[in-house]
Amino acid sequence: MKHIISALVQNKPGVLAHVAGMFAARAFNIDSLAVGRTDDPAMSRMTIVVVGDDKVVEQVRKQLAKIIDVVKIQDFSGREVIARDLMLICVHISPEKRPEILALVEMFKAKVVDIGQKFVMVEVAGPEEKIESFIEACRPYGIKNMVRTGTVAMGRFDRPGAADNQ
Amino acid sequence: MKKNPSQDSSHQSPSDLPIKTGAEIIVATLIEQGVEIIFGYPGGVVLPLFDKLYDAPIRFIIPRHEQGGCHMADGYARASGKVGVVITTSGPGACNLTTGIANAMMDSVPIVALTGQVRTELIGNDAFQEADTTGVTRPITKHNMIVKDVKDLQQSIREAFYIAKTGRPGPVLIDVPVDIEVAKCQMQPLKEINLAGYKPQQKGHLRQIKMAAEAINKSDKPVVYVGGGVVSADAAEELRALAQKANLPVTMTLLGLGSYDQRRPESLDMLGMHGTAYANFAVQECDLLIAVGARFDDRVTGKVKTFAPDAKIIHIDIDPSSISKNVAVDIPVVGDAKFILTELAKEVRHKERKEWFDKIADWKNRFPLRYDTKSTNIKPQYVIEQICEAAKSEAIIVTGVGQHQMWTAQFYKHTKPRHFITSGGLGTMGFGLPAAIGAQAAKPDALVIDIDGDSSFNMTLTEVSTAVQYELPVKVCIINNGYMGMVRQWQELFYNKRYSKSYLKNPEFAAVAQALGAVGITVEKKSEVKNAIAKMLNEKKPCVVDFKVEREENVWPMVATGKSLHEMDGLDIFESMA
Repeated sequence: MKHIISALVQNKPGVLAHVAGMFAARAFNIDSLAVGRTDDPAMSRMTIVVVGDDKVVEQVRKQLAKIIDVVKIQDFSGREVIARDLMLICVHISPEKRPEILALVEMFKAKVVDIGQKFVMVEVAGPEEKIESFIEACRPYGIKNMVRTGTVAMGRFDRPGAADNQ
Repeated sequence: MKKNPSQDSSHQSPSDLPIKTGAEIIVATLIEQGVEIIFGYPGGVVLPLFDKLYDAPIRFIIPRHEQGGCHMADGYARASGKVGVVITTSGPGACNLTTGIANAMMDSVPIVALTGQVRTELIGNDAFQEADTTGVTRPITKHNMIVKDVKDLQQSIREAFYIAKTGRPGPVLIDVPVDIEVAKCQMQPLKEINLAGYKPQQKGHLRQIKMAAEAINKSDKPVVYVGGGVVSADAAEELRALAQKANLPVTMTLLGLGSYDQRRPESLDMLGMHGTAYANFAVQECDLLIAVGARFDDRVTGKVKTFAPDAKIIHIDIDPSSISKNVAVDIPVVGDAKFILTELAKEVRHKERKEWFDKIADWKNRFPLRYDTKSTNIKPQYVIEQICEAAKSEAIIVTGVGQHQMWTAQFYKHTKPRHFITSGGLGTMGFGLPAAIGAQAAKPDALVIDIDGDSSFNMTLTEVSTAVQYELPVKVCIINNGYMGMVRQWQELFYNKRYSKSYLKNPEFAAVAQALGAVGITVEKKSEVKNAIAKMLNEKKPCVVDFKVEREENVWPMVATGKSLHEMDGLDIFESMA
């Protein structure tokens, strides 16, 4: 099962390597890891999607907490969250078929960000399932290239049981 | 702590504080942190620092190899309860520390390692003697950091000591580029350390403690299972008070040995793979297991699924990540063992538990640790018993890793905390001698005996000259069976006696010791054992005694890999010797 964990970490060199290394050393399975600065330039936020049962996720949480440069951890398991991925995808498409892809873009509330003679580049943001569906919809045309950020997430406001972990 | 300039300066306003070089700041901060002894080895990029150490009021001990220096800092820390400090140069100096750092990490020993680094602008250029030290040591340190601005240097060192010794202790490494050692900046006043991501919980949750006490009061068949955490928390006295008030039998892990006086009747001695039958049976039959500062290591639990199958488990530990890591815990209590055991003792009542203690007494009667005392050969267990008797259980005992280590755990009666120093988690052969030197440096008046294996000793015996140079009169007793004994035992039991590469042609250790400036004694007959030990104890110099013991003796009992704790091999051998 997938779990989303969010970690507030010191924005220092080596912290990402430490977190990633810990996951490898303890044989935890990461599905995705997204990192970026926060409003406080001294802090970064990591959103980590791990695969495992509750016991594994509990260990992940504790082992993360043990890293000195990890300041705060939220485990979104069992909580309602807003989770989003961002994807850029380059789809092979001949000019005469452009309307088809534009219809898809419209349907998915995506955005065409670049266009070439044989390709269009589309930006898609949203929940993981939406991203997956868009990929499947594009597959028949031929996907030249794609890149994803990995999930970022925040807990919804004021839900029962929404207490922070740690 | 000693009075010193930097401490006095903490009363001054920051602007009055002197401007110093990075190297001077390092020395002043080490003194401020109470450092009296440093182990280390010089080299190119730490020359500015070593220049300032030249006339610093700190004893400096140079090992023959940086690994030895790190084990010395480790032995020093375990014997004294203080933070051990080791300093090396960049590249090879730093890399040679890794085994020692990993060893300290696994056994939760507070060490601060200071390593030099190439100039900041050369980092990443494959410069001479450059290694990515923080990268290499990240998974084997509690924390590490590279200082890239001299303004951060002093606070980084203070944080390193704070992190190393608080919470679950461990090694911290600070990497200092050589340009930072010569850069100048103003000293900073001492202030309270506040790390956003590091707030070790000291006090246990009182409600959890109450629940634990209720479980203890209810239990008919309890066992306390004690690990190294009780030693590092200096909580042996609190443990004794609890066990005696509530009337609880106590078993210890390898690292827990010394935390409970083994001469007392409640002691079940060591549990686990080579633990006593009575400890392992008691754990398997208990209705309540009270784990204190222990981490349910695989060498302790045997097959996890069938470990203490009927027991409710209380786990007292300062490290939340140890709880429910290997074994599901019913009542976790996170915090300092000293605090929690004190609070727990207030809540527990005495309970007789006659049936349980009778059963334990019966196991103790039927399955004591045995060896063939009638043998005319020198039995390793006999040597260890004789050492114990001659030292009256008062010595600081250090070991290497292997059979001799297990026999020392089994046949030496451990009575005091910080008097048994051994490499538990990492199982580092070669740990014994350098760790003994570190312990002797910490406790100059104590009798420090390294009970070592021939192969373990062979790995770091060059450090005999360190002991000689610094007049640290460690005693080394080599349990010399001419094999890597534990490897040979496994090959005998599980690989059809094919002794593949487990034999070394040893030198005459006594002659080597003499050549290195120590006293060397060889013992080949059982009748000479007592005299040799007496002679060794009278020696004022470092002394190596080479006991040529029975070659193919095995450590019993033994819980083979994958077996449950009560499924011990070797009990029939004990019975045949009764």
